[in-house]
Amino acid sequence: MVVNALRRILEALGHRVTKRIWRLGFAARFLFAILLHSGTALRRFHLTIREIYFTGVLSLIIILVSGLFVGMVLGLQGYDTLQRYGSTEALGILVALSLVRELGPVVSALLFASRAGSAITAEIGLMKATEQLSAMEMMAVDPIARVVAPRFWAGVISMPLLAALFSAMGIFGGYLVGVQLIGVDAGSFWSQMQASVDFREDIINGVIKSFVFGVIVSWIAVFEGYDSEPTAEGVSGATTRTVVTSSLVILFADFILTAFMFRG
Amino acid sequence: MNDRPLIRLTDVNFAYDRRPILTGINMVIPRGKVVAIMGLSGCGKTTTLRLIGGQIKPSSGKVEVDGQVVHELDSDGLYELRRRMGMLFQFGALFTDMSVYDNIAFQMREHTDLPEELIHDMVMMKLHAVGLRGAASLMPSELSGGMARRVALARAIALDPMLIMYDEPFAGLDPISLSIIGELIRKLNDALGTSSIVVTHDVQESLKIVDYVYFVAAGKIVAEGTAEDIKHSTEPFVHQFVWGEPDGPVNFHYPAMRPYNEEMLAGPGRKQVWW
Repeated sequence: MVVNALRRILEALGHRVTKRIWRLGFAARFLFAILLHSGTALRRFHLTIREIYFTGVLSLIIILVSGLFVGMVLGLQGYDTLQRYGSTEALGILVALSLVRELGPVVSALLFASRAGSAITAEIGLMKATEQLSAMEMMAVDPIARVVAPRFWAGVISMPLLAALFSAMGIFGGYLVGVQLIGVDAGSFWSQMQASVDFREDIINGVIKSFVFGVIVSWIAVFEGYDSEPTAEGVSGATTRTVVTSSLVILFADFILTAFMFRG
Repeated sequence: MNDRPLIRLTDVNFAYDRRPILTGINMVIPRGKVVAIMGLSGCGKTTTLRLIGGQIKPSSGKVEVDGQVVHELDSDGLYELRRRMGMLFQFGALFTDMSVYDNIAFQMREHTDLPEELIHDMVMMKLHAVGLRGAASLMPSELSGGMARRVALARAIALDPMLIMYDEPFAGLDPISLSIIGELIRKLNDALGTSSIVVTHDVQESLKIVDYVYFVAAGKIVAEGTAEDIKHSTEPFVHQFVWGEPDGPVNFHYPAMRPYNEEMLAGPGRKQVWW
């Protein structure tokens, strides 16, 4: 009796694990297929430009507003901490480094996953459910080349740009609070920032991070859409999985990348 | 004209996860004819279309289209073959992010280098053929079910295919749209010199327009013949189907694990728990 119950639990566990590994393998093959069929997306670049509008341009509002507020909060919190050590002129460095190294790439990627990733999954999932992808196949047009690859590359291209705009807005928010509201010296704020933020160590590493996050979010979003069950529940489940999986993978990848990049 | 049939299915078997869907299917679709595949929902009609279109491969047997064995083609060969096929999906499957015009122009832009002026003329000709030239600028969400089906039909004939496959073209249509679509299928087939396969369970409408009928039940061909043969068939299944009779060999009840009285006496069995 106990042995049987134990066996059933182990079977269920094994089934879940093998199912996930199989799915991971399928996702890897899917990414390979996207890269292989990227010719159309890059050759007929207007297809990708159109998707950059839907994923990138339409995400601008949430990215810019969030960036502004995150920067303003950093200005307040940073000033509060720095004044204890009498070094409030270092506020510019604190705001800029926090944003460029970490918050810019990570928070904008999390917002991008919620705003654009979920939309990509839902769109591809619904195209599958309404047989639009099958219709495309029957018209001798490969849906991976025509539908998936442009959306994937649009995400990959948009993400670093959005992260840069997030950081820029954040720095502006920090300036508004730190310099305009609290009265930190504007010269110190900007000059210390300029002197301490290294282009290669800080900015390029931040761009690399946001590029990696762009690949992660776009890959998960298109895969979940393409692999979704062609039903209302299936598409809704896939959309949720995109947001949850992307967020977790972004945070995990951020830790790994940070460990490699900023060894002090 | 080539005398060889356009499509030949020889002893085709197909199974999903060992569950047989089609068994020993032999079918011939001659050139220039409209052939119907009829049967109850879930009997394997659409699967037959998907086999012909190369979307799935048979477990055994041979599917030939225009002399080519479909399941032996590589992906380039398959796409090359599909360029000469048109398919109308059950609910149209129009691209919802494109206008009616762009839906029809889609294949022309993807597969040809024709100038936009020529594409415009061709799109308008196709739309005129289905009576929807005036709806070119509408989006699919603005169309009624019958109009969407006609647009899908115009899209299926966009590149003048040698074969048009119709998956349940009459499903969910009002009587006027139904007869319009039926007439269009026949007229387009004859005007374009193409061949058509109509998968349907609408007996009355399809028998008016088709040249030949295959009846599929439980994955096997149970009867075949011209529309007249089918109307006068004494085969019990065909007779029940054609005349829509409630009594006959087709069961009302889905097969259950145990008899009705045993089921009722046994109660609900193991309780469902929330986890």
